[in-house]
Amino acid sequence: MATGTAAWLPFARAAAIGWMPVASCPMPLAPRDNSKKKDELIMLNVSGRRFQTWRTTLDRYPDTLLGSSEKDFFYNEEAKEYFFDRDPDVFRSILNFYRTGKLHYPRQECISAYDEELTFFGIIPEIIGDCCYEEYKDRKRENLERLQDDQEDNKDMKLPNMTIRETMWRAFENPHTSTMALVFYYVTGFFIAISVITNVVETVPCGATPHHKNMPCGERYTVAFFCMDTACVMIFTVEYLLRLFAAPSRYRFMRSVMSIIDVVAILPYYIGLVMSNNEDVSGAFVTLRVFRVFRIFKFSRHSQGLRILGYTLKSCASELGFLLFSLTMAIIIFATVMFYAEKGSSSSKFTSIPASFWYTIVTMTTLGYGDMVPKTIAGKIFGSICSLSGVLVIALPVPVIVSNFSRIYHQNQRADKRRAQKKTRQARIRIAKSGSANAFLASKHHGLLNELLELTGTEEDEQKLIRNTSLLESQHHHLLHCLEKTTAHEFVDEHMFEQNCLEEALQSYPSRSPSVSSQGSCTICCCGSRSTSRNTALHIQSSQLAVHPSSRSNLNLRAEDGSRVNCKGGQVTTAIISLPSPPSLAPHREGRHHPHHPTTTTIRPSHRGEHPRSPRASRPPQAPHPPASSRCPPSDRSLSVDRNF
Amino acid sequence: MDGKRLDTISERVDAAAVSAPDSIEDELELSTVRHRPEGLEQLEAQTRFSRKELQILYRGFKNECPSGVVNEDTFKEIYAQFFPQGDASTYAHFLFNAFDTDHNGSLSFEDFVMGLSILLRGTVQEKLNWAFNLYDINKDGYITKEEMLDIMKAIYDMMGKCTYPVLKEETPRQHVEVFFQKMDKNKDGVVTIDEFIDCCQNDENIMRSMHIFENVL
Repeated sequence: MATGTAAWLPFARAAAIGWMPVASCPMPLAPRDNSKKKDELIMLNVSGRRFQTWRTTLDRYPDTLLGSSEKDFFYNEEAKEYFFDRDPDVFRSILNFYRTGKLHYPRQECISAYDEELTFFGIIPEIIGDCCYEEYKDRKRENLERLQDDQEDNKDMKLPNMTIRETMWRAFENPHTSTMALVFYYVTGFFIAISVITNVVETVPCGATPHHKNMPCGERYTVAFFCMDTACVMIFTVEYLLRLFAAPSRYRFMRSVMSIIDVVAILPYYIGLVMSNNEDVSGAFVTLRVFRVFRIFKFSRHSQGLRILGYTLKSCASELGFLLFSLTMAIIIFATVMFYAEKGSSSSKFTSIPASFWYTIVTMTTLGYGDMVPKTIAGKIFGSICSLSGVLVIALPVPVIVSNFSRIYHQNQRADKRRAQKKTRQARIRIAKSGSANAFLASKHHGLLNELLELTGTEEDEQKLIRNTSLLESQHHHLLHCLEKTTAHEFVDEHMFEQNCLEEALQSYPSRSPSVSSQGSCTICCCGSRSTSRNTALHIQSSQLAVHPSSRSNLNLRAEDGSRVNCKGGQVTTAIISLPSPPSLAPHREGRHHPHHPTTTTIRPSHRGEHPRSPRASRPPQAPHPPASSRCPPSDRSLSVDRNF
Repeated sequence: MDGKRLDTISERVDAAAVSAPDSIEDELELSTVRHRPEGLEQLEAQTRFSRKELQILYRGFKNECPSGVVNEDTFKEIYAQFFPQGDASTYAHFLFNAFDTDHNGSLSFEDFVMGLSILLRGTVQEKLNWAFNLYDINKDGYITKEEMLDIMKAIYDMMGKCTYPVLKEETPRQHVEVFFQKMDKNKDGVVTIDEFIDCCQNDENIMRSMHIFENVL
């Protein structure tokens, strides 16, 4: 019930006395209001800002957080107030909702933040007042589109197990996904251009020869042009058939605009082949050649601007229709007027109303060819009115179309910009995530170092290590450690995992695979010497390996050889978040596990299997190993837990 | 009336003199009509509400109508919210007229509170008086069958269509007949205030129901 009803209910009930005398049956008893407590002021402390209101104000909406007993969970006994750790600015709108019954959407707030607050306080957004609802819905839709865009781009990531057909379709739709697709894209573009130029040059007069007069090139070098045409049509046909084959829904593909353009572009050639040298229909054959010019529309697959233009025209269909309609009306009116005005004149060109159409169109669009000119005074007057009104009528719908185009174009620009920024954004996020993973590995390393230091090292070093991990981190790492123990697998970093994958694919280790299979785990491999000279939060140390007989490091040896080769030349970028950096102790460390901090490269290439060095997510591989390059999944590990958990 | 201060930016334009350029000012000025009620002490004296009760009442009232007055349309809207199934506008119209004792087209807080005072804290006599006033649409001191029929139809309208048993056309009329049979002692076709009060006081049901809403506030 809205506020109004709550406040006016006593009134309505009192007014019910008016029914009593006419009532035919006795009245039911009224409910007793047992909670006769006085209306009191409630203090709401939202992140330090204090709000006060009457209890009855909040009770108006009993199905929300503040109106129900749910708020008791937030009651602070000592301060005798309700404390909410939320945004005080948004809370203003929410409290105003209780007070006035209308929920407003503050325009400067982020839509998702606002939504979250509403959900927290149990208020459905549909009750936003009319004044703000439209804005809210618009922002929400925009946000959703943006998120959808991001998701769609994610689909660019290659899914494993795609059939040939799907791969082909993807290649056709997004040329940048693979080199083959790019090649294909450029080849078809080139041939479209060739075809169009051929069609144009065909008609240029080529210069006189002794035998014939000046004739167009097409007739002089018939064979050459025919070969060109054939080649282009071959390519186009092949392309069309391939697309048809690869399309997920052939019926829909055949109905789409681009496919129709494709068909129209190549059909004349085949029709020409079939009915060549037939004099009767050669006229029609010549007409068909006109359709060859449609090949130029195939460029719209290659040009985004063209597509936007087409889309704009489609979306402005109503404005264009209006323009056309009003123009037609004006043309008919003015043509009639001009015809009757010029009827009197002797050598008038305005022989009929349809003949005057031409004059009207030329005048209204301010072309003014001058082939038809009014001679009488009345004709001239009406002619001038015609041209003035033409200017107005045409100028009216044009800004609408222009603004539509501009909006769509900018939207596209934004989408492109976002896509470009996304790669760097994702890379940075990945670095942060892998940083947290590396923290765990680093801490394990520390743990072992600790053990060693207990045996060998100085007090200081130990203290240095201990101080570097906060309680939260150590608890987190302990949790991860428990997981490791549960599954009898260990966490490794990406680089090492990759190497393992590769090596196991390339070589066979009859002696070692039993150990692998018996272990069932890929352990942390060691890394060759690496260091970064840049300003990193992490210092990557390297050391020689020490093989511990009791370790699970049978693989370490193997890895050492391979890893050195692979580690060098890898790209290093800075890790952004402040991770506990292992203090640079003595260069020689007797640690068993030396996590290699890959600090991933910025761009995750989509060419799989081509760059073994490119970072991939690691996962404790199961033995036996399938071939690495196609099987190592790109998903981030389960380890990418938020550091501040 | 004392205490009624109208803050307006421009003079109230007569409806006949409203022309297109003035309509903007019209809109402006309508929105700035405000009304401040008399002081708390005066209202306390005039009604039977305590100070606290008046405060609560006023806060609710002012929250709903920040300008301090309720016009008939707003009143109908508010009342209609309580009866979502039917059409409460006719009855709300009669109610509005019953509350609007000075007949100026708008309900101020004083009217509101006076009416409530009678209904919630008044004697049975006063309540019956008020009810009579409600039924007597033209305020001539007699309730005719037509008036009663209007009231009855308005009440039945609030029920809406979906009732059990199904509402028939002649139900209000029958109800009016029953009422008149009971109330109209001298069978002259109208019910006077004395007949009404007499009859009601002799009817137990009605007497009992008069006390139902006493603890509303």
